[in-house]
Amino acid sequence: MSLDKATVARIAALARIRVPEAELETLAEELSNILGWIEQLDAVDTENVPPMSQAADLKLRWREDVVDDGGIRDKILANAPDPRDGYFTVPKVIE
Amino acid sequence: MTAGAALTDLTIAEARDGLREKTFTARELIEAHLAAMEAARGLNAYVTETPERALASAEEADRRIQAGEARPLEGVPLAIKDLFCTDGVMTTAASRILDRFTPPYESTVTRKLWDAGAVMLGKTNLDEFAMGSSNTTSYYGAVENPWRRRGDNRPLVPGGSSGGSAAAVAARLCSGATGTDTGGSIRQPASFCGVVGLKPTYGRCSRWGIVAFASSLDQAGPITRTVRDSAILLTHMAGFDPKDSTSVEREVPDFEAAAGRPVKRLKVGVPKEYRVDGMDPEIEALWQKGIAYLTDAGMEVREISLPHTECALPVYYILAPAEASSNLARYDGVRFGHRAAGGGDLLDMYESTRSEGFGAEVRRRIMIGTYVLSAGYYDAYYLKAQKVRTLIARDFDAAFADVDVVLTPTAPGAAFAIGEKEDDPIAMYLNDVFTVPASLAGLPGISVPAGLDGDGLPLGLQLIGRAFDEETVIAAAAAIEDRAGFDGSPAARAGPGL
Repeated sequence: MSLDKATVARIAALARIRVPEAELETLAEELSNILGWIEQLDAVDTENVPPMSQAADLKLRWREDVVDDGGIRDKILANAPDPRDGYFTVPKVIE
Repeated sequence: MTAGAALTDLTIAEARDGLREKTFTARELIEAHLAAMEAARGLNAYVTETPERALASAEEADRRIQAGEARPLEGVPLAIKDLFCTDGVMTTAASRILDRFTPPYESTVTRKLWDAGAVMLGKTNLDEFAMGSSNTTSYYGAVENPWRRRGDNRPLVPGGSSGGSAAAVAARLCSGATGTDTGGSIRQPASFCGVVGLKPTYGRCSRWGIVAFASSLDQAGPITRTVRDSAILLTHMAGFDPKDSTSVEREVPDFEAAAGRPVKRLKVGVPKEYRVDGMDPEIEALWQKGIAYLTDAGMEVREISLPHTECALPVYYILAPAEASSNLARYDGVRFGHRAAGGGDLLDMYESTRSEGFGAEVRRRIMIGTYVLSAGYYDAYYLKAQKVRTLIARDFDAAFADVDVVLTPTAPGAAFAIGEKEDDPIAMYLNDVFTVPASLAGLPGISVPAGLDGDGLPLGLQLIGRAFDEETVIAAAAAIEDRAGFDGSPAARAGPGL
């Protein structure tokens, strides 16, 4: 699979990563090389093979639906880039 | 050799026993390490040093030892990969995007180590978000391997991603360290630095409080100078944790006892598919030596087949980036870490923050992951890779019906120079060709130093075991260690050479 600049720009937008126009070409080439390399898997017969989504054969556990943590607002806000009045902040979204 | 250098040379078992017998104090042991760390800052193994905390812990350790209340790792100085959240101590994942992040909580694995009496010396450097095999992608700069090629002073990579931990252990800047391994990030740097690195079975150690890379693969484990030391540390890192839904409810055995367990009549498998085209003859020779050591220990050698071995790397480079693209979506400049300055709307803020905060390799992997999960490509890439992962795991299941442990080289070569392989991502990815299959299958693996190459650089052998059978892996690794006579003395180390 060879990716063009427009596709790379679309992936970057989906990933919320700004890629300058000048870097699109190089990135398209790098990503195409990696995708070309992983496409060797197409040759493997996976008919009737179930997908594996975790390494351990686990069953998720149940627990009581109770609050067991919390009341630590200031600790949580301590790392925020621009907390105000006990809240996280973002650029204005509603005009 | 000064008394200080002697203290930094002690293994964890020796340090523990010496402290209990009051041959030296925890304060002396910690001070010797802090001095060594200061003298070796050129290696860039540590991102953050925590000397005040270490000295306070040493005081507490000495008090407990005097009072006869010593815990199992009382006073043992450890380095912690800067991917483990440590309460009140900056945790960076070697990324700008976590700039100045100071967790208000402690990871389960480090909590267990402190509860056992271990002392934190500092946080070690790594590849950004643990994505790399050379420790050159760190926002805080590359780590230097304490080893040098004979007659060649160029700095070499320590491997990655736990490169700072492996370098610190090799250079005697700690008695042992924690690492994490997603596709080889404990075992490959251990091989490059001439130390022991153990990746436990997936589910053995809690992932809670470890910065996530690829959640179905990430596992914490020890990096130490002896097999016994890895067994000791693992005993105090492992265990069920309700805070990690993939943590397995299973008793933690006394892994240290396994280091002395006989291996006679156990069967070792040698997978023919690991004999890759163009294999370095020195690696092949090392592998043969490993077979001879295990035969000498009374083990029976069998050739086995793991037919889907060559699929492992491509599978990994679909699944790990896919999981990473999801895990790293949380870094958006809102709740913690770096936020780009400047105006613009919310989307501008997200995009600028993430392009400034992530390095080139992390951006590349997030984009690969985003692509393979995107509409129209999910089945062709992600689902396909998950199915081939099943085949890889089945290969191991079939092999372990006949053998107890599998022996392979850890890496296709020795440490390379800083800057080499930088312009070709795939060449860099090939470093993990022997370690990734066990990661995909969730199996325990260890790298044990087994010899030196023609340039005088260390090479490791890998042993892979059945799920939750770290004990056999430890026992077989100890059998190689006993016979290899590896003295593990890099050019740069605490005391002589620094």
